[in-house]
Amino acid sequence: MSIIVDHVSHVYGADTAMAVHALKDVSLVIPDGQFIGLIGHTGSGKSTLVQHLNGLMKATSGNIYFNGEDIDSDDFNKKMLRSKVGLVFQYPEHQLFETDVFSDVCFGPKNLGLSQKEVQLRAYEALKQVGLEDEYFYQSPFDLSGGQKRRVAIAGVLAMKPDVLILDEPTAGLDPKGRDEILDQIAKLQKETGITVILVSHSMDDVAKYVDRIIVMNKGSVMYDDEPREVFHHYMELEQIGLAAPQVTYIMKDLQNQGILVSDDVTTIDEAKEEIKNYFARLAQSKRHGI
Amino acid sequence: MLRDITLGQYYQTDSVIHRLDPRVKLAATIIFIISLFLFDGIAGYVVAAAFLVLVIKLSRVPFKFMVKGMKAIVFLLMITVVFNMFLTPGEPLVTLWKLKITKEGVKTAVTMAIRLVFLVIGSSVMTLTTTPNHLTDGMEKMMSPLKKIKLPVHEIAMMMSIALRFIPILMEETDKIMKAQIARGADFESGNLIKKAKSMVPLLVPLFISAFRRANDLAMAMEARCYRGGEHRTKMKPLHYERRDYIAYLVVIGYLIVGIAAGKIVGML
Repeated sequence: MSIIVDHVSHVYGADTAMAVHALKDVSLVIPDGQFIGLIGHTGSGKSTLVQHLNGLMKATSGNIYFNGEDIDSDDFNKKMLRSKVGLVFQYPEHQLFETDVFSDVCFGPKNLGLSQKEVQLRAYEALKQVGLEDEYFYQSPFDLSGGQKRRVAIAGVLAMKPDVLILDEPTAGLDPKGRDEILDQIAKLQKETGITVILVSHSMDDVAKYVDRIIVMNKGSVMYDDEPREVFHHYMELEQIGLAAPQVTYIMKDLQNQGILVSDDVTTIDEAKEEIKNYFARLAQSKRHGI
Repeated sequence: MLRDITLGQYYQTDSVIHRLDPRVKLAATIIFIISLFLFDGIAGYVVAAAFLVLVIKLSRVPFKFMVKGMKAIVFLLMITVVFNMFLTPGEPLVTLWKLKITKEGVKTAVTMAIRLVFLVIGSSVMTLTTTPNHLTDGMEKMMSPLKKIKLPVHEIAMMMSIALRFIPILMEETDKIMKAQIARGADFESGNLIKKAKSMVPLLVPLFISAFRRANDLAMAMEARCYRGGEHRTKMKPLHYERRDYIAYLVVIGYLIVGIAAGKIVGML
């Protein structure tokens, strides 16, 4: 169940004077069960790339393979692809339209032609997975809070039981609490079900804590594609393209500059805590030996 | 998907025509259209063609952009030509079974075709060289005498510019919602008419909600900046005529006189 992106380029308005190269020769392999962060500045091509992965956009050149099949070949079942590669757009709450939450979540599985029972079961499961309480199920989605609406929208995609879940800026416009809740829930879901998750974001702090792999996009090309700590070593280059390493990385660098010899090889607050504790332990130990 | 549709097809460049006051361009376009119907005989249309070529050259807009507007009227043009050719009574040129092509028919058909083509190209020159905002500004100023008869000129102009401003936004929004629903397995293409209409609900409901939300936000933002209609409202860039605008008026009137005179002189010969 892997996705292979093979030398894909995409040009907007190819035959006009205002042609924009949104993707330039992008090649990626997305294996099963990975939690991937796709990072890039506004206009770096990350949204364009994810829309290629479920066939909403067609590559100007290059191919995309889903389980070894070319998704642009004529006999390829695009509807199947879209149920297997679930894409949650930016501000997904803007796509809600039904009179109550539950029927809105049913929309996706219903389109797959499943039985009524199966549709409802999936909708219920999906709403549970995003952590929405039962009392909201039969309310109008428009009466919910921003964070709740977003969960309903994510559930709408989850109910299709995708193998790959792509979330385009799922935390945009949410407060810190809402943001952490959504991200925690996604991480939990990924662990429990083992699906592949691609988290699109422009904030390193959002993804550093959760992902196994970070893909950094810049001006339509892949700049880095590695484990988080490897990517954050290039924090200088990241700053130049308008991104940044997580804040803890900077704190550790500052500590080093102050002569406190901690490792800067940390990406999350928890790791930083451990490292600082270790540092003090080392310090105490060396003092004892010194005396 | 919907990105290809352009409305308010402004072509960005710098030229004398672009810099003209929108009122001049509006008036000139109206005069040009009237002239097409005033002129009689081939001489008038030669003058009109020459005038049009001159303006297009001055505007620095590539000619192919003018022709783009033609695509929309190709069908209308064909119907006009065919009907005029066959149904105008007069001296028959060719007889096909019961249908006759008459001399008068050919003449009217050609005249009509020229009029339509020139009309579309003429008005494209205006829309290609004037931003929609400028255009509504010009209309507001031109119609301002109508305030005397209690016509809310400013409000109409404001509504027009807001509507124009929202077209690309709603277009983009439609595209986005459509994609989001396709990603959830929606199908907008197949099925019969009823099924197709039903499949529009997941598109239209969010679109309406978003349009209302945006309208609300805009109204709030305008009120927050103390907008309260046209009374005593001043403009950041008020329209006023420059020398080139007066020259342009003279040129247009000159064109009208030359065109009519040319028709008369050729007619007398």
